[in-house]
Amino acid sequence: MKKLLAVLLAMMMVFSLVGCSSNKEEAPAETPAETPAEETASDAKIGIILVGDENEGYTYAHMEGIKAAAKGLGISDDTILWKYVVPETQACYDAAVDLVENGATLVISNSYGHQSFMQQAATEFPEVTFVADTGDTAAVSGLANFKNAFTKVYESRYVSGIVAGMKIKELEANGALVPENFDADGNVKVGYVGAFPYAEVVSGYTAFFLGLRSVYPNAVMFVEYTNSWFDITAEATVGDDLMSQGCVIVGQHADSTGAPSQLQKNMEDNKYGFTAYSVGYNVSMLDVAPDVALTSASNVWEKFYTYAFNCWLNGEDMMTDWTGGYNEGAVAITDLGASVAEGTKEAVDAAIAAIKDGSLHVFDASTFTVGGATPTSMMADVESDPNYTADTECLIDGYFHESEFRSAPYFAERIDGITELN
Amino acid sequence: MEKVHHRSFLRVTKKDEASLPMKALVIAITILCALLVSALFIYFVTKLDPISVYVSMFKGAFGTKRRAWITIRDACLLLLISLSLAPAFRMRFWNCGAEGQILLGGLSTAALMIYFGNKVPTPLLLLVMMVASMLSGALWAFLPAYFKAKYDTNETLFTLMMNYVGIQLIEFFVDFWDKKQSHSVGIINMNGQGGWFPPVFGQQYFLNILIVLVVTIFIYVYMNYSKHGYEGAVVGESVATAKYAGINVPKVIRNNVLLSGAISGLAGFVEVSGISHTISNNTAGGRGFTAIIVCWLAKFNPFAMALISLFIVFLSKGAAQISSDFGLNEFASQIITGIILFFILSSEFFNNYKVSFNHNRKGADK
Repeated sequence: MKKLLAVLLAMMMVFSLVGCSSNKEEAPAETPAETPAEETASDAKIGIILVGDENEGYTYAHMEGIKAAAKGLGISDDTILWKYVVPETQACYDAAVDLVENGATLVISNSYGHQSFMQQAATEFPEVTFVADTGDTAAVSGLANFKNAFTKVYESRYVSGIVAGMKIKELEANGALVPENFDADGNVKVGYVGAFPYAEVVSGYTAFFLGLRSVYPNAVMFVEYTNSWFDITAEATVGDDLMSQGCVIVGQHADSTGAPSQLQKNMEDNKYGFTAYSVGYNVSMLDVAPDVALTSASNVWEKFYTYAFNCWLNGEDMMTDWTGGYNEGAVAITDLGASVAEGTKEAVDAAIAAIKDGSLHVFDASTFTVGGATPTSMMADVESDPNYTADTECLIDGYFHESEFRSAPYFAERIDGITELN
Repeated sequence: MEKVHHRSFLRVTKKDEASLPMKALVIAITILCALLVSALFIYFVTKLDPISVYVSMFKGAFGTKRRAWITIRDACLLLLISLSLAPAFRMRFWNCGAEGQILLGGLSTAALMIYFGNKVPTPLLLLVMMVASMLSGALWAFLPAYFKAKYDTNETLFTLMMNYVGIQLIEFFVDFWDKKQSHSVGIINMNGQGGWFPPVFGQQYFLNILIVLVVTIFIYVYMNYSKHGYEGAVVGESVATAKYAGINVPKVIRNNVLLSGAISGLAGFVEVSGISHTISNNTAGGRGFTAIIVCWLAKFNPFAMALISLFIVFLSKGAAQISSDFGLNEFASQIITGIILFFILSSEFFNNYKVSFNHNRKGADK
């Protein structure tokens, strides 16, 4: 035992010498660039609270947006303080307050569940601006320093639906559809991996379905929820399940690559005797599903962060609800995959142009029915309250005005042709 | 010793309880080794300066007054849950259901906050919530204990499954209380703060710490100086002995597990009323399982549990700070935490076993 200890001690001394010397060499080079906060604590900072890190598509998109916006405005790296993998719990409040104590005068969180903790911090620090991305209570909070922001991602979902519709058309023309792809009424089956049954998801899948049906009217869609924003395994399972039921397109409002990877694998294994194509979210799925990924609907968060950072630099007050769509360059679809149908690019460009000039409205009430009838009135819970009161008429001039009364989506009608499976 | 393979290079034998200086030495060496190996990882894999990474870890946990308080607050909560496991674990009753018991304690606390907050004076409400949380935690532990005592069912599986029932109950009530379909109840009573722990002597977390302190002393006395605690230890050593000594085994199991559940429930109360002021299936946050490690490493000694809880919370705060400061993702921070924990667990091995080079080797070769 004594011998062993002696050997261990000797080894440790050697190692620690090596460790020390290498540290001395490295330290001067690394320290100035990497040392955060402390030295420059008097300078104002921007605090960022993220629900994940770069391994998660939704957060990755935010990180890229933040970096691009900072670069564009000449904001240095050490001005931005990051908090990664912050759960939607008290930890968010702790993180927000910690950021403020380290000099942040603008704090932005990126997940819905962060909202109430951000609001709590906003109440305590009125001189600091707090923004809860995707949140919906800023307008009713009565706090001047509490804001919400969300893109009009339903616009890019609509466009991604067009890509899917074009593909179905092509498959049908080529005779590539199999009997399992049709329901009893001869409609082509489409699937959708949803995260939660919230307005945000409902608004998104409805826009996707309407886009798809604008190209290929005889379609029905099945939505299956994973009850998680990010769950690779569950999304793969749901994707596979939808495919086993004959869905030839699988869209998604969930943040992982689970579903497209599964579709790619099913194609390679020829598991169901047909190929199903994926329309993803946040990031391009071509890396994980080169043969079956058509495109992904995505947010260009850089636009929001540029706006927010610019206000911060100039000491201006931000708007309570920020939103942006194709006109602001805040939404997009990712690069089209090799499998898209011919003419897709042209159809996509035409739709984007029509959305931009206001001649195309995504939620045009003449294009869908609710309970068998064309809707004449659609009330929604815009002024977010605990009782979920539908307080505002949103069907004006023949279309549903999504994200115009507040940034977070509030379209929550279940339209005909879409079935929620769970 | 016959079973030791003669050709093996190292020989491992069980040894007597190590002396205190020996233990301290082993721990010191362990921590040094852990820091060195982590340093190698940091230097060669992440290309960062290990010293500044360690400084960042320390700052993350204790860098500001508020960070220090949060670290202490979280360590207290983890300690409370670890304490709750001790009476059950010492009987070899594997209560893996702390998670669910915390959730149930938190659920009843949240329900009382929602329905009576700002209507009933907070001190009274706090008292009611405390009792209710302990009762609901105890109930959640009672079911597995009853079946264990009556039918000798497997308590590990039973308590684990009760966690899932607890999670589903929370899911149900979150949707029941939240009419916005956002699957979140948000912060309860943000206006008026009804049912929140009030600051005492200007310190927000004074009550949290006080409760944990009281429970720590209680458990120490209970485990070491009470008849009930002693009976639990006997049952853990040998049920046959306990029966022979005239101990009512089912009753001892039931009472100790009830106590265990009640303290877990109390932890739910501290978390909901004293820290987060909300309820979700994140309320327990895996602490019910982390506490198992704490409880085991400390060998049921409440004061050792306090140190280990503090250390584990320190590591997690430190890991978060590393990712903030250096843009390392969570996995890199977790590797460092993992290396450190691994070394500490293996130091247990050196405290319990003797390792020697096999001197019989030459003889065996003949």
